[in-house]
Amino acid sequence: MTQAFQKIYTKLENITKATCTIKAEGVANEEMALVDGRPAQVVKINRDMVTLQIFPGTQGIATNSEVVFTGKPPSIKVGDELRGRFFDSYGKPIDGGAEVDGEEVPIGGPSVNPVRRKQPSELIATGIAGIDLNNTLVTGQKIPFFADPDQPYNAVMADVALRADADIIILGGMGMSNDDYLYFKSVFENAGALDRIICYMNTTDNPPVERLLVPDSCLTAAEYFAEKRNMKVLVLLTDMTLYADALSIVSNRMDQIPSKDSMPGSLYSELAKLYEKAVQLPDGGSITLVAVTTLNGGDITHAIPDNTGYITEGQLFLRRDTEIGKIIVDPFRSLSRLKQLVIGEVTREDHPQVMNACVRLYADAANAKTKLDNGFDLSDYDERCLKYARGYSEKLLAIDVNVEIDKMLDTGWELFAEHFTVEEVGIKHELVDKYWKKA
Amino acid sequence: MSVNTELKKTTGKVVGIVSNLVSVEVDGPVGQNEIAYINLDGTKLMAEVIKITGDIASVQVFESTRGLRTGCLVEFEGHMLEVELGPGMLSRNYDGLQNNLDAMEGTFLKRGDYTERVDKSVKWDFTPIAKVGDSVSSASWLGEVKEGWIPHKIMVPFKLKGEYKITSIADAGSYTVDEVIATLESSNGEKVDVSMMMRWPVKVGVTEFKHKPRPFRQMETGVRAIDTLNPIMEGGTGFIPGPFGAGKTVLQHAISKNADADLIIIVACGERANEVVEIFTDFPELIDPRTGRSLMERTIIICNTSNMPVAAREASVYTGMSVAEYYRTMGLKVLLLADSTSRWAQALREMSNRMEELPGPDAFPMDLSAIVANFYSRAGYVELNNGKSGSITFLGTVSPAGGNLKEPVTESTKKAARCFYALQQERADAKRYPSINPIDSYSKYLEYDEVIENLDKTVEPGWVKKVDRLRNYLLRGQEVMDQINILGDDGVPLEYHIRFNKSEVIDFIVLQQDAFDKIDASCPMNRQQYIVNQVMHICESDFAFDKYEEVGPYFKKIINLMRQMNYQEFQNDKYKELEKELNEFVATRTVAQEAV
Repeated sequence: MTQAFQKIYTKLENITKATCTIKAEGVANEEMALVDGRPAQVVKINRDMVTLQIFPGTQGIATNSEVVFTGKPPSIKVGDELRGRFFDSYGKPIDGGAEVDGEEVPIGGPSVNPVRRKQPSELIATGIAGIDLNNTLVTGQKIPFFADPDQPYNAVMADVALRADADIIILGGMGMSNDDYLYFKSVFENAGALDRIICYMNTTDNPPVERLLVPDSCLTAAEYFAEKRNMKVLVLLTDMTLYADALSIVSNRMDQIPSKDSMPGSLYSELAKLYEKAVQLPDGGSITLVAVTTLNGGDITHAIPDNTGYITEGQLFLRRDTEIGKIIVDPFRSLSRLKQLVIGEVTREDHPQVMNACVRLYADAANAKTKLDNGFDLSDYDERCLKYARGYSEKLLAIDVNVEIDKMLDTGWELFAEHFTVEEVGIKHELVDKYWKKA
Repeated sequence: MSVNTELKKTTGKVVGIVSNLVSVEVDGPVGQNEIAYINLDGTKLMAEVIKITGDIASVQVFESTRGLRTGCLVEFEGHMLEVELGPGMLSRNYDGLQNNLDAMEGTFLKRGDYTERVDKSVKWDFTPIAKVGDSVSSASWLGEVKEGWIPHKIMVPFKLKGEYKITSIADAGSYTVDEVIATLESSNGEKVDVSMMMRWPVKVGVTEFKHKPRPFRQMETGVRAIDTLNPIMEGGTGFIPGPFGAGKTVLQHAISKNADADLIIIVACGERANEVVEIFTDFPELIDPRTGRSLMERTIIICNTSNMPVAAREASVYTGMSVAEYYRTMGLKVLLLADSTSRWAQALREMSNRMEELPGPDAFPMDLSAIVANFYSRAGYVELNNGKSGSITFLGTVSPAGGNLKEPVTESTKKAARCFYALQQERADAKRYPSINPIDSYSKYLEYDEVIENLDKTVEPGWVKKVDRLRNYLLRGQEVMDQINILGDDGVPLEYHIRFNKSEVIDFIVLQQDAFDKIDASCPMNRQQYIVNQVMHICESDFAFDKYEEVGPYFKKIINLMRQMNYQEFQNDKYKELEKELNEFVATRTVAQEAV
């Protein structure tokens, strides 16, 4: 990257935990530099004093370390060659392959003009009923899993990625354990899906501040495939909580005043800038963003999930159903705000009604369970609800179930017929006439 | 603003950069809030002065500052952030700085892409209202053009002070907005050419009216939980706080579709882009029941979505308000909606933080309440100098952090707004939409004598008292529910079950409303009155039951019948049929009341 005419600075004026300051001229804001060979970025300029944030940290940096400015904002190379490759936070290959050759584009570029967006209307099938039936995803949507750290969110996300009918899957790992990284890699390899995968990875072995570059790299690559190649791109970002933690580390080191939960006051804007890259473009290209936000003991009022909830188009909760001993997508707390655009329109006409009836009866079962737990007598209806709930969990909600949406709807009707009368289910008569399974 | 308007422009050089806060060393006078353009290799980046220390002006840049260097040249414009006002704004999609989003090229927004705000090539059919020799002052109506279906008044620029005489005025005919349509002369002989367009600084309120009486006339929104329980007035202010998923945006969209206003200005401030896309997509297709035209024809969208530059987010609400004030001065009924004002407050927080100001609560700037109050005070019902009236009704949403209403933005707004529509998570979870909590919410306007008097006339005598009784039934129902939850179904008297179910009737029939149903989505006031009277009849009847198990199913049937009625065209055959069935069913359990 170093060019001949570039000046090398060797006198650092000031070094902190994360930054250093030098006297330099003609430096551009957000420009990348190398400090003693470590990637750094200009974060503050005050006359000729330039402050650089050194991504890997400043341990061992001396006042006479070499500083070289690259004259460029952080950027990655994009092109078809990205497919099947694994990179670190700076876009350097970590899979032993050669550097990619492609067009160099700055990351974190401008937003799509709102009037150039199209209303999302294309369904993404995942085979998971907790998603397809109850919280249908749509291309161009942005939605996180809200999960506790002990839940298998990465495995669920890998499933979603592989089953979703996407042209390109881009995985961004932030503070991912090396084990999980290897897991993703082997799952993708075993599925024979490597040519659709691109991965930017910051594992726990890497410095935390580096991970700030990961989502932007993923989304810049995604924009290339969606806008230039009109492809359907699915971006997976895990874990956004660790991304936000890195933001708070940086803002703390920059002496900024923290707002709620020690997060920087700009948290909302920072997260929105990423999530809003999800887009449906008029020419068919799209970026769909599925992220993971880990929670602390299920607390969604913490600044990170709270701000996320205001930005994303719904959220998916995982829960262990102790009745069947499996992980399910919680039908009560999960929500896909864009499902209205496709259910009953793109999917079969009975979808909205079956979905609602299923969840309502499941809620009745939850009430029956509370009654049971409190030692009250159960009515016949309560008993049937509980039996239904078991079937609903096992045959539909469990995340290891992988079926088509029409099949999910059929299963729903079967469960209704097995446990309830037509009146108890309360679905429009025309639909009952058409779909009710006569036992 | 008085600084250097006619002198040569002040210029400067960039000397410091932290994110979008840039320090500029200046060579002349600068004003607080003055607009400047930073020249970055030929691209001009718009910025606003927010602090001045000696010859250093701190400016907030409305764009990304990536690549900016010290030494970049800066030109100061000698005026504050301004909007351009004139015919041609209707149906437009603007960004927060009033750039026409449709006129921009490319899929992505480009830095420094500033478009024409009011189209200068369109010719408008001008009809003069005033004549030569008339004495006029700022905001006097000179003429009129038809902007869509709105009689758009051409006014004397708001910035002109003092009395003028018209020395010439254009004949009826077609003109572009920058052609001179009148010449005015002041008492000391100074001549001013006036076109159909003017500029106005967004952070200054337009005060070209005679006075601002208390609002007294109801602004119908078609939402029963608002119009019946806590009505907002023409020229009133209100706010809608609610955690995410509570339905703030759906409610605001419902209001924007159905409200009884001449013009709706929607400021999408730091929210999801797809929500704005929904407006772009739906509004041109939807028909405004009042005019029979597409909804887009009475709508202006000002959109600074959450991924657009933060400083322009702050500007967007002011841009919206200034455009609203302009149309109000034409004697129109304007409804201004901002979603969400919390994002605006957060933009203020980000800047205050970068300027290293001492923080107030939750790191928001100390003067947040004052800023919010000042903004809300620009709404209102006004009597214009020519005797006509106009209004801006303002409804803002607030997104409280963690859904907790004890946070600075909610609290500041509560002090400023007169109506409070608390969206409740529990109601949203139970799918009781709109999730406006009927007990916590309030409308201060119900305390105004002139409002009570006016509702007596427009709805029915004693309306406010009747609604009070309705609210009381709700409150009692809630109290009883708490008791039932503690003591169990059989632990409370039978009467409690009846009381609780009566409140459920109010909840399901009056409060809940299906925003996605063609008919139920909008409920006109006469229908609301009819419904309230029906519900009150049930609430004020005595019912006889043998045991509590009978109560629930009985009222469920009542609710179901009345709900079906809500889905029917008002007073059509099916409606009357259901009503007959309802009345007969109600009569089966009512006991004759003794005369009160």
